[in-house]
Amino acid sequence: MLETLYHLISQYILLPLTLFVIPVDYQIEAMIFLQTTIKIFAIIIPVLITVAYFTYAERKVIGFIQGRIGPNRVGLFGFRLWGLGQPIADAVKLIVKEIVIPLNANRTLFVIAPILSLAPALAAWAVIPFDDTKVLADINAGLLYVLALTSLAVYGVIIAGWASNSKYAFLGAMRSAAQIVAYEIAMGFALVGVLIAAGSLNLGEIVNAQAGSVVHWFWLPLLPLFVIYFISGVAETNRAPFDVAEGESEIVAGFHVEYSGMAFSVFFMAEYANMILIAVLSALLFFGGWLSPFQGIIYLEDFFSWVPGMFWLLAKTSIFMFLFLWFRATFPRYRYDQIMRLGWKVFIPITIVWLVIVSALVVTNIPPWFS
Amino acid sequence: MNKIKHYLNSLFLLELMRGLYLTGSHLFKRKITVQYPEEKTPQSHRFRGLHALRRYPNGEERCIACKLCEAVCPANAITIASEAREDGSRRTTQYDIDLTKCIFCGFCEESCPVDSIVETRIFEYHGEKRGDLLLTKSQLLEIGDKFEKDIAADRHEDAKFR
Amino acid sequence: MTQIIFYIFGAMLLLSATMVVVIKNPIHAALFLVLSFFSSAAVWLLLNAEFLAIALVLVYVGAVMVLFLFVVMMLDINLATLREGFARYFPLGIIIALLMVIAMGMVVGSDYFASDTYKQISISATQSNTKLLGLAIYTDYLYQFEIAGAILLVAIIAAISLSMSKSKITKSTHPNEQVLAKKEDRLRVVKMKSEEKKG
Repeated sequence: MLETLYHLISQYILLPLTLFVIPVDYQIEAMIFLQTTIKIFAIIIPVLITVAYFTYAERKVIGFIQGRIGPNRVGLFGFRLWGLGQPIADAVKLIVKEIVIPLNANRTLFVIAPILSLAPALAAWAVIPFDDTKVLADINAGLLYVLALTSLAVYGVIIAGWASNSKYAFLGAMRSAAQIVAYEIAMGFALVGVLIAAGSLNLGEIVNAQAGSVVHWFWLPLLPLFVIYFISGVAETNRAPFDVAEGESEIVAGFHVEYSGMAFSVFFMAEYANMILIAVLSALLFFGGWLSPFQGIIYLEDFFSWVPGMFWLLAKTSIFMFLFLWFRATFPRYRYDQIMRLGWKVFIPITIVWLVIVSALVVTNIPPWFS
Repeated sequence: MNKIKHYLNSLFLLELMRGLYLTGSHLFKRKITVQYPEEKTPQSHRFRGLHALRRYPNGEERCIACKLCEAVCPANAITIASEAREDGSRRTTQYDIDLTKCIFCGFCEESCPVDSIVETRIFEYHGEKRGDLLLTKSQLLEIGDKFEKDIAADRHEDAKFR
Repeated sequence: MTQIIFYIFGAMLLLSATMVVVIKNPIHAALFLVLSFFSSAAVWLLLNAEFLAIALVLVYVGAVMVLFLFVVMMLDINLATLREGFARYFPLGIIIALLMVIAMGMVVGSDYFASDTYKQISISATQSNTKLLGLAIYTDYLYQFEIAGAILLVAIIAAISLSMSKSKITKSTHPNEQVLAKKEDRLRVVKMKSEEKKG
C-alpha cells in the first residue's frame, strides 16, 4: 500500500512537476531530490506521530503499573476514546505557549540546542532498513553512522545546559556529558560484537546474516552484549533509571529547566525519538529485524508468510519501547558514582571479554550461527 | 562464597528481574482510580465539609453565642459578636467563618453545647472572587436550613457514639 | 551537484576553522572546532571515505570534543587576562606559525608523501572501504598499528595509575563495596516480649 502510494505520487505529481518546471539539464537530479524528500517525510512523519503517542503510551503504561488508569479524558471528535486525543492536546498547548529566553542566556546557542538534540535523532533513521528493500540510504557503514549520530545527541544537552546560564541546567549538562561518553564506549563495543558476528556494517546485511530461525538471531550468541547494549541505550537516552541529567527530584529538570513551550517539546521529542531509535536498533541488530519469528518452523512459517516484514520489525520495536517504560516504572534512579562505576568498570570489561568469545566462535565456525 | 553469590546475582540481573516481575504483575491488576465527577468515594457521616448553623424545629436559631467555638478554633477562623435580644436571651449579631483560614478540624462542632455549628458533608463549593469564602451568619443559617434533613440524619447516626 | 556540496562544506570548514582562532569566547571556539570537524567529515564523505568520515565524527566530535567542552565549561576563563599578552607575543607567534607552515610544506612536499610512492586503492561507493582499510591496517601496516596501540595502552595505564595513587586522602565512597552491603549485615531484628502491666 505504501509502495503504491509512493509510486502514484512520483508518477502523477513529481514527474509532471519536474518535466514542466525544471530545465532539461537538471531534470534527473531534481527528480531524485524530490523522491528522496518524499521518502524522508514518509519516515519522519510516522516517527513523530509515534513519538507523540509514545508519550501517551508512557503515561498509560506507568499508570497501569501504579494501579491508575492514566489519561482518559481528552478524546477526539467528541468521543472519549481512552484519552487518545491527549498527545494532540499536549502538542497544541506546547506550540501555543511562549518560549521564554532567560535574560543572561546565550541566545543563539539557547535556541540552537533543542534543534541539535532532535536533528541527529531523526537523521539516524536514514539508514534504518524497514524491510529487505525499504531503506532510505543503503550505506556500507550504516552501523557506524548510527553510532556516530547517537553520540552527537549529547551536544544538544551540553549546549542547552551551558547556554541557559543556570546552575541546575549546567549540573545536568555536566552529568549527562560524562555519562554519555562513558556509556558510548560500552555501546560501541557491543556493536563491535554484532559487527564481528555479521561480518558487515550494513544494517540490511546484518539482519540477513541472522536469517534461519529465532535461534539464529544474534541475541543468543551475543546475549551479554545485547543486555549491555540495551542498558547503555537507556543510559544514552537519559531515561530512568539513568535520568540523572534530568533528575527532577535533585536538579529540578536538569538541562532543560529554562526551556518552555516548543523549545522544551523539541527536547522531549528528541528524547522519545532516541528511545524509538534504540528500540529499532535492538530489534535489527539482535532480534532479526524484519525476519519472521516463525522462520524455520515447518507449519507456522507458511501460515505467517503473508505478514509483511515491516510488521515483524515494528512488533519487535514496540516490545523494546515497552521495556523502556517498564524500566521507568520499576527502577529507582541510580546514584551518579554508581552509574559511572557500572559504565566503566562493569560494562566495558564484560564487553571486551565477550568480544574475545565471539571472535573465537566466529573463527571456529560454531553452528548454527557462524557455520 | 557470599561474594560469588552476589556477583552471580548481579551478573544475571536477578534482583532487577524480580523487580520487573513485581511491577509487571501490577500491570494487570485492578485499577483503583476513581473517575471523580462520575464516581465518588463513599463518605462517612462524620465527614467534615462546609459549615452550617442549625435551628430548632420551631425556627429558633440554636446558637446562644457562648463563643466556645471561637475560643477553640485553632485557626482563628471564627468571629462572633453578641447582644441581648428584646426577649432577654443572648444571641449572635455576627457569626463569620473565614473558610480560607479554616482547617476543618471539627473542634467547633465538638465544642458546641447546643449542636448549632456543624460541618456538613458538602465539599464541592468554590468562591469566584475575594470574600466569597467568608461566610456570614445569614449564609451559614441558609446552608443549615437547606440541608437540615441531611444534617439531622447524620447527627442521629452519630448520636450513640457521643 | 557534488561540487556545490563540496564548496559549501569547504567554505564552512575554512570559516569555522578561522573562527576557532579568532573568536574570544572559548566555548564558542570549541563549538566552532566541532563544526569544522563536522564539515571536514562531510568533505571526506564526498571522497567516498565513509569510514574515516564517520570515525572522525564518532571519535572527535562524539567523544573528544565533549570532554574538551566539559573541561572548558568548568574552567572560569578570564578573557581580560587572556588578551593581555597578545601584542607582546604576536611577533613570536607569527615566527612559530611560519616555521610550522614551512615544516609542513617540507613534509608534505617530500618524496615520502609523493603520490607515486603508494599504490592508489580504487574506491567506489559500492565497495566497503571499512573492509579495505581493515585489510590494509591488519596486513601491510600491522606493526605500525600495533605499536600505536601499545603506546596508547601505556598512556591509559599511566593516566589511571596517576589518578589512582594511594597517598591521596579523600573522602570518596566506594560504590563497589557499597553495593555489596546487604540488609542482613546492617539490620538485626530483635524479638521482644511486650511489657505487661504491673499491679
